[in-house]
Amino acid sequence: MTAQIAVFLVLAAVAVAGAISLILQRHPIHSALSLITVMVALAGLYLLQGAEFVAAVQIIVYGGAIMVLFVFVIMLLNAGEEERTNMSSMAHYVGVPLGVVFVIEMAYWIGRATLHMNARASGVVSTRDLSNLLFREYVFPFELTSFLILIALLGALVLARREESE
Amino acid sequence: MVPTSYFLVLSAVLFGLGVVAFVFKRNILTIFMSIELMLNAVNLAFVTFSRALGQLQGQVFVFFVIVVAAAEAAVGLGIVILIHRNRGTLNVERVDSLKD
Amino acid sequence: MNEFAVQHPILAVALPKIVVLLFVLLTALAYLTWFERKVVAHIQARWGPYRVGPHGLLQPLADGVKFLFKEDVTPAGADKFAYFLAPFLALSLAITSIAVIPFGPKEFSVFGQSTPLSITNLNIGLLVLFAITSMGVYGVALAGWSSNSKYPLLGGLRSSAQMVSYELALTMSVVGVILMAGTFNLSEIVNAQQGFHWGFVPRWNLIGWPFPQVLGFLLFFTSAVAETNRAPFDLAEAESELVAGFHTEYASFKFAMFFMAEYASMITVSCLATILFFGGWLSPFPQTPIWAWTHYIPAAAFAAAGLALIVHGVRYITMFGRVVLPVLGLALCGLGVLCGQPGMLDFVQGPFWFLLKIAIFLFIYVWVRGTLPRFRYDQLMGFGWKLLLPLSIVNVVLTSLAIVWTQQ
Repeated sequence: MTAQIAVFLVLAAVAVAGAISLILQRHPIHSALSLITVMVALAGLYLLQGAEFVAAVQIIVYGGAIMVLFVFVIMLLNAGEEERTNMSSMAHYVGVPLGVVFVIEMAYWIGRATLHMNARASGVVSTRDLSNLLFREYVFPFELTSFLILIALLGALVLARREESE
Repeated sequence: MVPTSYFLVLSAVLFGLGVVAFVFKRNILTIFMSIELMLNAVNLAFVTFSRALGQLQGQVFVFFVIVVAAAEAAVGLGIVILIHRNRGTLNVERVDSLKD
Repeated sequence: MNEFAVQHPILAVALPKIVVLLFVLLTALAYLTWFERKVVAHIQARWGPYRVGPHGLLQPLADGVKFLFKEDVTPAGADKFAYFLAPFLALSLAITSIAVIPFGPKEFSVFGQSTPLSITNLNIGLLVLFAITSMGVYGVALAGWSSNSKYPLLGGLRSSAQMVSYELALTMSVVGVILMAGTFNLSEIVNAQQGFHWGFVPRWNLIGWPFPQVLGFLLFFTSAVAETNRAPFDLAEAESELVAGFHTEYASFKFAMFFMAEYASMITVSCLATILFFGGWLSPFPQTPIWAWTHYIPAAAFAAAGLALIVHGVRYITMFGRVVLPVLGLALCGLGVLCGQPGMLDFVQGPFWFLLKIAIFLFIYVWVRGTLPRFRYDQLMGFGWKLLLPLSIVNVVLTSLAIVWTQQ
């Protein structure tokens, strides 16, 4: 077993543990922390594949902005523990096993289908190549995303604003 | 060198767990988080395929996914705040006035 | 030993480097508190710490012992896990960021293995720093939320909102430098600043070509002070409103960890400002034979400081001081002589100038705290969003225009 595979196994274990913890935790803050763990582990996996810039962006945008927004809203709304709804026996005895079967099934078939796939590129992707592609070939979609963000910004503003009371 | 299929299996497991979380959780914030988890799993697949095919386009796509996720989080959390203000709860089963 | 180093480069080279750097950093953190108290005291015409050891030099040690032996209180109803996680997260992230800082150009050898003067030299060093900084918000937010108390919650909300807002301006203000250097690698950014205008004015990014980053530097430093939650942007701990902000409920060593995290991020920001805008380890003097005497500045500075300490120390009030201060002075003189040796002369240039610049920035940090009054919260947010962010975008546009224009 090479060192890379060992690193992969550790990071993958952390990511899966985080994702399971996201489901099991009752408090939204704990779920959010689990998700942040998954994201950091994924950033490590991107680094392992030589995608340095994506790894940094993953942590800066997902970890440092989007999840902060989540934590912020949880703090702001003072969201408490999730209410336990009376799980019907149907959900308990059929739903949970079905969920497990679904995950295993998907992983199995995807693993089987790609078993003999070999990585064609190796080494580190240079940020320069990536930005050339992003700002030359994909400059139009890139500009469109800025419109998307602007619209999202306005939408969030309109939604969260308190109505002026007469 | 880690085989490509390892990454893809991990991506599938994470995506599946995201789907399970989406179905099982009752808190609207956690449901949002499970969507983010699924998007992350897809990003991992994009980066893996980008390396497997030797093309950078996969990584460019990850940026677009991240941007869309950010926009979605901003609007979605705005809606969550609005629901909480009007209904006083975050439990999706109690937001059911369209049912009656 | 050499064979062992070849077989296990991580154990033999990286680990000792990390241990030494961590030791130096933690000592520097402790003495930074002493430095800050002294400087602020002198600004306010007081003496500052004076009792524990000569000139209060043992005060950090006494503070550390005090923190260790205080009662560690956990508030009732606190979320235990997050309450414990928050200070660890804050401190470990603040300390990790020092790992990508390069302290000098030269390589030195440990057990026959040549290694650079930094723990790692990453292609995306600058981005890693920003990633670590952006994760630092969680320490503050979790501390505020998990304490289950209203002042910490408000303080935590305030400072996390502030950190997220100023991070934008911080990142945008650096883009100009990245454009001019064309890389995220911190060592290469420093190397891109070599050279001199008209033979004697250093070509640091602050006054660089094609577009001087004066505006970028001012924006960077302002938003960095806000990002580290320091005065005059320390609204999270506005005593008159919020008791102590997010760490109100923390006591004992956990409080000390927040304290150390704040000072560690001050050091990181100073390092970053030095690297990005002030030429990092580059000497401000040209490397021509006429200026060769400047290589002896480190040696002369240490020796002069040592001599001054000896002269002052022998006349100190207490017996203890009359022994300790001259000994310290002698040590400084010895360091000066060591720096003057032909073998060391080149090696100490980089670290000396780098540490000197960092010290100047730390002084400015403390100076600002001793001088300026605190902002009001709405002023703070307006300042960040309506002034700093637009100006940083203007800086990016102007820099890229200048680069395109000069390249044609």
